Amino acid sequence: MKKDLLSIADLTRDEIHLVLDTAEAMREIGQRPIKKVPTLRGKTVVNLFYEPSTRTRTSFEIAEKRLSADTLNIAVAASSVLKGETLVDTAMNLEAMSPDVIVLRHASSGAGHLLSRICKSRIVNAGDGMHEHPTQALLDAFTIREHKGRIDGLKVVIVGDLLHSRVLRSNVLLLTALGAQVWMCGPATLMPIGFERLGVKMSTSIDTALRDADVVMVLRIQHERMHGAFFPSLREYFTVFGVTPQRVANAKPDVMIMHPGPINRGVEIASEVADGPYSVILEQVANGVAVRMAVLYLLAGGVEGD
Amino acid sequence: MALLLKGGRVVDPANGRDGVFDVLIDEGRIARVGAGLPVNGAKVVDIPGGCVVTPGLIDMHVHLREPGQEHKETVATGTAAAVAGGFTAVACMPNTSPVNDNAGVTEYILKKAAEANLARVYPIGAVSRGQMGEQLAEIAELRQAGCVAITDDGKPVATALLMRRALEYAGMFGMPVIEHCEDPTLKGDGVAHEGFEASALGLRGIPGAAEAITALRDLAVAELTGGHVHIAHMSARQTLDAVRWGKSRGARITCEVAPHHFVLTDGMLRAPVAFDTNVKMNPPLREAADRDAMLAGIADGSVDVIATDHAPHHYDEKKVEFDRAPFGITGLETAVSLCFDRLVHAGVITLPRMIELLSLNPARILGVAGGSLAEGAPADVSILAPDLQVTVAAAQMRSKSKNTPFDGWTLRGGVAATMVGGRMVYVNDAFANTLG
Repeated sequence: MKKDLLSIADLTRDEIHLVLDTAEAMREIGQRPIKKVPTLRGKTVVNLFYEPSTRTRTSFEIAEKRLSADTLNIAVAASSVLKGETLVDTAMNLEAMSPDVIVLRHASSGAGHLLSRICKSRIVNAGDGMHEHPTQALLDAFTIREHKGRIDGLKVVIVGDLLHSRVLRSNVLLLTALGAQVWMCGPATLMPIGFERLGVKMSTSIDTALRDADVVMVLRIQHERMHGAFFPSLREYFTVFGVTPQRVANAKPDVMIMHPGPINRGVEIASEVADGPYSVILEQVANGVAVRMAVLYLLAGGVEGD
Repeated sequence: MALLLKGGRVVDPANGRDGVFDVLIDEGRIARVGAGLPVNGAKVVDIPGGCVVTPGLIDMHVHLREPGQEHKETVATGTAAAVAGGFTAVACMPNTSPVNDNAGVTEYILKKAAEANLARVYPIGAVSRGQMGEQLAEIAELRQAGCVAITDDGKPVATALLMRRALEYAGMFGMPVIEHCEDPTLKGDGVAHEGFEASALGLRGIPGAAEAITALRDLAVAELTGGHVHIAHMSARQTLDAVRWGKSRGARITCEVAPHHFVLTDGMLRAPVAFDTNVKMNPPLREAADRDAMLAGIADGSVDVIATDHAPHHYDEKKVEFDRAPFGITGLETAVSLCFDRLVHAGVITLPRMIELLSLNPARILGVAGGSLAEGAPADVSILAPDLQVTVAAAQMRSKSKNTPFDGWTLRGGVAATMVGGRMVYVNDAFANTLG
């Protein structure tokens, strides 16, 4: 594996499978009465979060603790960024204390690449702007593989705010690399340019997109990243693109409903679907810990000098 | 004492010259150009083999940052960079702090230029007070103080009405209005060209249409008023089509392209260095079709000028997240090498055409002396070395800022020496023995 995990593009196909296989073993640890192994004992992991995050930060922290790493959480409020020190200075100060891994969440696309160039510590991208969120895509793939036994050949439909979604970008790279037929569906105003080039089908018709889908991945409508009006109202969005039981009925009978959270009930997804029998949303959360343990282990668990 | 530049290839498109001639310089002016001129007591400078003597190059679009942003560049460091890049004159943009919207700032810049005593500096004044897009700046006074054109560069002239007034008013003094074409609503908070690369990298896009819309608006206003609009740093193929259409209709519209827009594409966002802030500039690096259109426009004569949009920024300002970094790269010290390597040696244009783009045409558009080795003209001369192998080294540059995406590039073609008013103001180390 490369030094850092900034993008799914940093992983080969084999490495993706290695992460998923390792996560299987890690999940078992979480089912023991004593949920801790000494794998990362003596290693220091810094969770450097420039954006508020409950799910991802908690998931990383639990993963680190189960591997016995020493963890440190730094949450930098967005308001203090402007008057405070630069990202580079913060990172260099942390670096001076020799952490092994820095887990970075930041509102700017490419923030992890900037740190990667100046830090010896391994950088794990926990979401950078609208760019990528690689561990989310890995846990999504893990969850799909667990249910379907494979990813190759599945029709996976990603629906919602595509433009602003780092989850989308990581998932497109990962799922196409593993042979899924990926569809992107959302309003034309939120459709990123040129993804056909990655072998993805794009549709503004949710009924077309959902037909015979094996997996429906619903993305959150990200009010906070929307500078400008992309659609008239949340009500109208739900009318045209909301994932409702009626629409899901067009998908395969054993369809999986996924969502990276946090969900907006009644905006991108109907509660009946989110809470329904096909929903694996909470399994995704559980699997997130195992997948992040796998990533941290594979990056930082090697022998010294490895 | 008179100076005789002996035995070089002289390329002087203004006078239809391209051949081996001697150039006699006396009292800071071109005294004679001809074959085998008698020495008559002049100091002889033998032009090294392979070198070319041309009228001094003029960069009509630079940011010298003074007053107000001296940590990025000063008139002294910017003009040192200019002469090292083969430029004998530069025209500097008014988006300083304070804005060059009054005679006092213009005079200050000219005083600094006189102190530096390197390249000639032609200040460009603001269209509107404070570049706020509301009230016209005191354009007559700017003219009187030495401004050669007006622009609100950094942003577009705010409205069609303001553009109309600016063209009508500046037209009285024969000054063009230089336009930074950009529809602010389409640009939004974009940071890179709107295309596949930015889309995949999660960077907010600036579509080519944002540039073309303003160019088309200005074209209509140029026709309405008969005024001269010069389109700065053209980057999008749609804008080039607009310029061609305007020219075909007889509108007074001219345009410039920066070297990075005919050399680089938005693929640089991803590699060799992902999210490198030294490939962030406005207008942004566009896709291959746009880059190829710029080359075609340069080849077919639609493009009038090559100008660098030299935009120095301190490394602290660039060593941040991509979306937080300021737009702009330096250009003065790489332009000639890029033009030789990517235009002349690549067979896109001839050397005389390159000199039109870098010297004759900017002189004509700005209405300044230069662009010609006519007898009696100021002896502003560039001595170029078309086959010199140049390795770009940002750390060695004269500019105070090092924000260039070309660091480490090896290019064929460079500058041997630069002469302003008959005085050698720069000699490349490689020619220290012959021209020094």
